Amino acid sequence: MNINLTLIGQLIAFVAFVAFCMRYVWPPIAGAMAERQNKIADGLAAADRAGHDLEVAKQQADEQLAEAKREAAGIIEAANKRAQALVEEAKEAATAEAQRVKAAAAAEIEQERARAQEQLMTQVSALALAGAEKILAAEIDADKHADLLQSLAAES
Amino acid sequence: MAANGDSQTVSEYIVHHLTNLTYGKLPGGYERYDGSVVAEGGQWAMAHGADEITAMGFNAIHVDSMFWSVGLGVLFCWLFRRVAVNATAGIPSGLVNFVEMVVEFVDGTVKDTFHGRNPLIAPLALTIFVWVFLMNLMDLIPVDLIPHTLMLAGVEYQKIVPSTDPNITMGMAVGVFVLMLFYSIKVKGFGFVKELTLNPFNHPLFIPVNLFMEVVGLLAKPFSLGLRLFGNMYAGEMIFILIAALFSVGVFWLLPAALLQIGWAIFHILVITLQAFIFMVLTIVYLSMAHEDH
Repeated sequence: MNINLTLIGQLIAFVAFVAFCMRYVWPPIAGAMAERQNKIADGLAAADRAGHDLEVAKQQADEQLAEAKREAAGIIEAANKRAQALVEEAKEAATAEAQRVKAAAAAEIEQERARAQEQLMTQVSALALAGAEKILAAEIDADKHADLLQSLAAES
Repeated sequence: MAANGDSQTVSEYIVHHLTNLTYGKLPGGYERYDGSVVAEGGQWAMAHGADEITAMGFNAIHVDSMFWSVGLGVLFCWLFRRVAVNATAGIPSGLVNFVEMVVEFVDGTVKDTFHGRNPLIAPLALTIFVWVFLMNLMDLIPVDLIPHTLMLAGVEYQKIVPSTDPNITMGMAVGVFVLMLFYSIKVKGFGFVKELTLNPFNHPLFIPVNLFMEVVGLLAKPFSLGLRLFGNMYAGEMIFILIAALFSVGVFWLLPAALLQIGWAIFHILVITLQAFIFMVLTIVYLSMAHEDH
């Protein structure tokens, strides 16, 4: 064991290397590691947040879907009702129209019948008159019945 | 060892492996290995053999220890600096992942142990952990590979594991000790003196006793820090060398030695990491104690 100047040399080298490490090695590495730690922590937090957001969005989507389904069902029901109402309305209108046509036809028939009756009566009376004329012509003495005829004429 | 085995005994082999490549100042009048005498006033030269290293005393430097230690420190700085330059908050990959894993591990250890606020502690701990680990890692390189290659290139001695050199481990321990003293005085001020003199017996009469005990306790910290690492790595290296020496004993020893080598290397992976970790944790603990005001 020879203690000699090597000890001093090593001491100087030791101080130099420690100083170098303290100034040029440790701070950049420790800084980068701390920075990365923060970055990872931030990243994990962001991932957590994103997961949470996704959950919320899913829930919202589900809710909207359910609402849309409900709305669609409502619309279909309303449409069905409306269709039924339209059919009902059309039926009523048709019935009314049929009735009206029927009534018009009946009225026309009645009218025709009345006119025919009238005509017939006119013809019958004319015929009766002619017949009566003929009979009367045979039996009536103009002089004799002049008064009667006159009163008839006055009456008519 | 086989290449130069015949002319060398096992103990020579081991001693050779435990000798640093040393450059130092030989005192005047010293007779060198080749018979030449050093001129008056001394002479700086590469040491040849353990005797010359002893003669050099304190005025010597372990060229191999310094080279590998500084080289590995530069490797650490270069590697981590490259990652630091490219560090972003984006997706990490490859080397960045590895470096960040180490940084995070060190940061966690510091946060568990050190409760004050000091921007020096974490980088200090990181440097110590990685640097000591790299120095210990040299232990896993086969003991003869680099020294023998360099020997063929003309370099006589080579100890490639810097942490088996007490100068290296104690150099760092002294650095930590200076920091301990600095922060003790900075944080506690006069309280530090009180801590040394009025603990554990809080009475003026006991001040000398307290001072003695506390100073011994204080000085024991850097020694335990530096010598623990040195002792563990030295012993580990020694066993590697002994196993390597076993290869030359005989053909029958090849297989057992190989198995021992593998077993010890696997076990050593644990040891080198653990020793680096212990050095780092103790540094943090000592500095944490320096910051705590009782």
